[in-house]
Amino acid sequence: MTTRSNIQFLLNGDPVTLDAIGAGDTLLDYLRLQKRLTGTKEGCAEGDCGACTVLVGRLDSGQLHYEAVNACIRFMASLDGCHIVTVEYLSGPEGRMHPVQQAMVDFHGSQCGFCTPGFVMSLYALWMETPEPTETQIETALQGNLCRCTGYEPIIRAAQSINTYGSPAQDALNTERAAVTAQLEKMVDGQRVELRTDDSFAILPADVDDLAAALLEHPDATMVAGATDVGLWVTKFLKTISPAIFLSHLNELRDIEQSDGMIRMGAGVSYSGSADTLCTAFPHLRDYWDRIAGWQIRNMGTVGGNVANGSPIGDTPPILIALGAQVILRKGDARRTLPVEAFFIDYGKQDLAPGEFVERIDIPLAQPGSLHAAYKISKRRDEDISSVAVGLNVTVQDGQITDARIAFGGMAATPKRAATVEAALIGQDWSEATIRAAAAELPKDFQPLTDWRASSDYRMRSAQNLLRRFWLENAATDTPVRLMRA
Amino acid sequence: MHDDTRPNADLTPPAQRTLSGGVHVDRQHDSAVKHVTGRAEYADDIAEPIGTLHAYLGLSERAHAKLRSIDLEAVRNAPGVIDVLTADDIPGVNDVSPTGRDDEPVLATDTVQFWGQPIFAVIAETRDLARRAAHLAQIDYQDLPHVLEADAAREADMPYVTPPLTLQRGDASDAMKTAPHRIKGQMRVGGQDHMYLEGHIAFAIPGEDEDVILHSSTQHPTEAQHMVAHVLGIASNAVTVNVRRMGGGFGGKETQMNLFCAVAAVAAKRLNRPVKIRPDRDDDMSATGKRHDFVVDYEVGFDNEGKILAVTGDFAARCGFSSDLSGPVTDRALFHADNAYFYPNVLLNSHPMKTNTVSNTAFRGFGGPQGVIIAERIIEEIAYHRGRDSLDIRKLNFYSEGRDITPYHQTVEDNITAEIVADLEARSDYAKRRQAVLDWNAKGGVIRKGIALTPVKFGISFTATWYNQAGALVHVYSDGSIHLNHGGTEMGQGLNTKVAQVVADAFQADFETIKITKTTTEKVPNTSATAASSGTDLNGMAALDACEQIKARLVTFAAEKWSVAPDAVQFIPGAVQIGDDIIPFRDFIKAAYMARIHLSAAGFYKTPKIHWDRDKGTGRPFYYYAYGAAVSEVSIDTLTGEYIVDRADILHDVGRSLNPVIDRGQVEGAFIQGMGWLTTEELWWDDKGQLRTHAPSTYKIPLASDRPRIFNVELADWSENRENTIKRSKAVGEPPFMLGISVLEALSMAVASVDDYRTCPRLDAPATPERVLMAVERLQGEG
Repeated sequence: MTTRSNIQFLLNGDPVTLDAIGAGDTLLDYLRLQKRLTGTKEGCAEGDCGACTVLVGRLDSGQLHYEAVNACIRFMASLDGCHIVTVEYLSGPEGRMHPVQQAMVDFHGSQCGFCTPGFVMSLYALWMETPEPTETQIETALQGNLCRCTGYEPIIRAAQSINTYGSPAQDALNTERAAVTAQLEKMVDGQRVELRTDDSFAILPADVDDLAAALLEHPDATMVAGATDVGLWVTKFLKTISPAIFLSHLNELRDIEQSDGMIRMGAGVSYSGSADTLCTAFPHLRDYWDRIAGWQIRNMGTVGGNVANGSPIGDTPPILIALGAQVILRKGDARRTLPVEAFFIDYGKQDLAPGEFVERIDIPLAQPGSLHAAYKISKRRDEDISSVAVGLNVTVQDGQITDARIAFGGMAATPKRAATVEAALIGQDWSEATIRAAAAELPKDFQPLTDWRASSDYRMRSAQNLLRRFWLENAATDTPVRLMRA
Repeated sequence: MHDDTRPNADLTPPAQRTLSGGVHVDRQHDSAVKHVTGRAEYADDIAEPIGTLHAYLGLSERAHAKLRSIDLEAVRNAPGVIDVLTADDIPGVNDVSPTGRDDEPVLATDTVQFWGQPIFAVIAETRDLARRAAHLAQIDYQDLPHVLEADAAREADMPYVTPPLTLQRGDASDAMKTAPHRIKGQMRVGGQDHMYLEGHIAFAIPGEDEDVILHSSTQHPTEAQHMVAHVLGIASNAVTVNVRRMGGGFGGKETQMNLFCAVAAVAAKRLNRPVKIRPDRDDDMSATGKRHDFVVDYEVGFDNEGKILAVTGDFAARCGFSSDLSGPVTDRALFHADNAYFYPNVLLNSHPMKTNTVSNTAFRGFGGPQGVIIAERIIEEIAYHRGRDSLDIRKLNFYSEGRDITPYHQTVEDNITAEIVADLEARSDYAKRRQAVLDWNAKGGVIRKGIALTPVKFGISFTATWYNQAGALVHVYSDGSIHLNHGGTEMGQGLNTKVAQVVADAFQADFETIKITKTTTEKVPNTSATAASSGTDLNGMAALDACEQIKARLVTFAAEKWSVAPDAVQFIPGAVQIGDDIIPFRDFIKAAYMARIHLSAAGFYKTPKIHWDRDKGTGRPFYYYAYGAAVSEVSIDTLTGEYIVDRADILHDVGRSLNPVIDRGQVEGAFIQGMGWLTTEELWWDDKGQLRTHAPSTYKIPLASDRPRIFNVELADWSENRENTIKRSKAVGEPPFMLGISVLEALSMAVASVDDYRTCPRLDAPATPERVLMAVERLQGEG
């Protein structure tokens, strides 16, 4: 097999070829230190403030799709065949401002200005996708952007008016779409890419089979999908990730399809990429899915990665476990299937052999009579890591609970089912008394820890109360049991 | 080239013109276009000269320990490392205490006193290499006992970091004894990280002799200059500090940048190469100070009606390991422990406690919010005790005619609390909405609601009286363009815009003809921090003084040259009217230049009327007060403690606003920041004394989706400063921060509903979902 030893991408209007790329080199450092494109700012270097937001366009099945991402934790090696768009690209000839920029100026959306380019880029991505967004859509798009000065009100007002300044159809990313697509198509040549420097080695496999082969060649390699966790190993913990195998460019892994009562989701599907299919099949996930991190992270991070890294506070594992999802693991050509809950062995330990990787996640569609809920509690409602997360899937037939799958995150060293609670439910009447009795069993399943997100006591009490909420939501009640934005 | 080719030249005939960007008009931030295009230059964006090196700090990993040994071999041998600095390498004094107490080493010597204290600095070819090397030190610590909390520090007999303050009027002890009702309580009020989006940064460029130039993101260039001189052991005149703009400050860059400026300057002079230092977010939040946390024990005596008869309060603050600004911060907490209420008898004591935590510092409100929140809690206590709407108790206790002397014996002369509150009460439909909240809660569901109206009265002036001075430098060039420089710094608050509006108004010259330049110690010396909301009050007046000096010379010149009386010379938009002649401003200036008129002036201002005797606890520390009020309405989930702020209505007093849209932006931003302080922003230390919420992943400031969907913010356009401030405006930076207290008290009401408002929930701050749920369960347990 032929290999390439460089990456090629478009930076704003210019094609770039780079070979001396370290596995942990970030897009933000490249922009600021090498290209002196200093409009993109570093606020946190952990994907939590959005000051570094840029757009990355990539081809999927011939379609060019742009997404807002955090440049601080986006690795250069993941940008082969991509179009990187920074704030510097927005201003037109003679410094004419872009509709997003003009709206932000006219509505006084900047004070200190440091977060502003990031807001501009997020709003740019939103406007391209949804030219006339609702207030909720704007807030959701801005979950990953912190502003400490304005209190956000003028930014929201600006966002609501962008489309009166211009239409996305006239925007350069649309008028030049065909040309950019053609340029990127030339770059995507289907070859494996191997990037070497003195102290770093990174592989971009040609396809999934090549990924399996590469991982057998380098069983110690760091797997990098969305880099929303691995990125922080590098930027915050200064870890070396070489040798690294990147998989975000593999479109095969980004497929999600639904057939025969099953959703089959490639391990490279992002939170954003999975939202439509999953939330259509499981409407109870709609709110929950929008509370996973911020928009940029949802665009980058993958559900497969969220499972593979085994965090006890990942948002998706409790949900997947409750839904009875299975994880398909692959090593070389051999595949095996595990229930998601069986994948998590202990803190930091998953049932994953050297050279093996998460290839797919299969989620069975809901059975008739099943009641579903997904709840997350966090200190701040949006863009926060959960104190407690729970997926509930309870089957009620003729007033009797016949099955229960209840999985918690944030309550133990791994995402875990509440076995005692489930046992206390199954076979009982579907009633408030049953729920109350089952909730009382929860301390037998979990002894949560105290940390900066929540105390042990709060985790336990609120987790028990979420079982009560589940009852109230499914009982006939005329008073609301969930908070709603006005 | 002819003047008229200047891009901004307005060629409309003068008599028909209006001024672009005078005072009392909306005007966009002068850098707005640069902000949105990414062209605004922050310190880290400045092009680095060839040979620039990067410094990084090695931080303590103990809260309190003797340093038995510091082995830096591995650091020195790391790739790219050029040099390593320890305390021994500091040529001058190893101290950056802003108040001269000599208690804050740049680099630790034999002891570390908090987790995150700088021990050494490594200088390397790149920031990445320096950062990696900084983690290679082998430090042998001998642990010593540590104390983290203010009340624990009092129990452990830890010393004060700075002398405490007592404010006293009447006989609180006697009045308390005879009061019909007494309530004693304690409130814990959390601190707050500034979370400016741009972190700390200093960039030092060495010059000849002892010279060094710093580009930094500091609110206090003069102090940075003096500190660098102090640490280098040289005179201040060798040090220049430049600040074009900050990516947010909020008080966090008032004194805290001294450390970074000092390290960069020492390294730059030692190596004779430019040196930049920029900590990562974790180190920034671990190694630099925050808002003070307080534990306050209060007692109030009151009559049947709810009128306050006596108040006592002990305000213990977590100051951290050194004094920094804890003296004036804890003083200001006492100055605001009355908020808008008359205490006939009062005794307030501050306890600025030493703790083994980072030294706390200035943060928007500067201790004031921690005082105001106690006043509001006292009101709430009385209201629950008497079974009344807390707004009634507030009104009953507002300062009023004859009941207008503060605990520090200043008479409140400009009180408009009652007017502001009455106006807001009507605008916000408070009474009807409160009834709707009561009705909702009476249904007894999982979701409960709360509503609260809280006022703020905030004293304007530095309590360090000598700080209330400012300078400005204005040049009019012979083409009629104007160069404006003043001692204040721009951190997003729109100071430069407002001061330029003052200058535009003075000369009747278009805003576009005024060049706003970076703040630099070379142009205006001995400036005060841009802090205490004072930036526009002080620097606007200083700039106006400079303009008036130049104008006086111009008027004299014109009167002589055109043989008219001086009062026949008028500055009109874009021109000067001399008798019946109208001369375009630039032509007039050209003529003045040809006649050898001095077209530059240094302006100066000092605030009148103020004085303060700290030992006696009496005086007039504040030139005037700014007022405001907010109504917040919230919903809480009594199963989880989660909540939503549904609506906020604000009416705020900025006097005659210089720039209403910018002032409104300050009010909105301050409210949300204050809301964050009291809701989701939690500083959490572990048992070992390490702050574990030290980045946005763990420290949660409000998001767009946290702001109230209904957010009505108005300026009290009927207000005018009765003191002769710049164009009768009022300071705006800090006062509206305290409007966020209405959110806490609204949450408190929602909690109180679970036992039918019989008990003041005593919700501590920040009211995280956890604290709300625990308060709900506490009341349900009692109920």
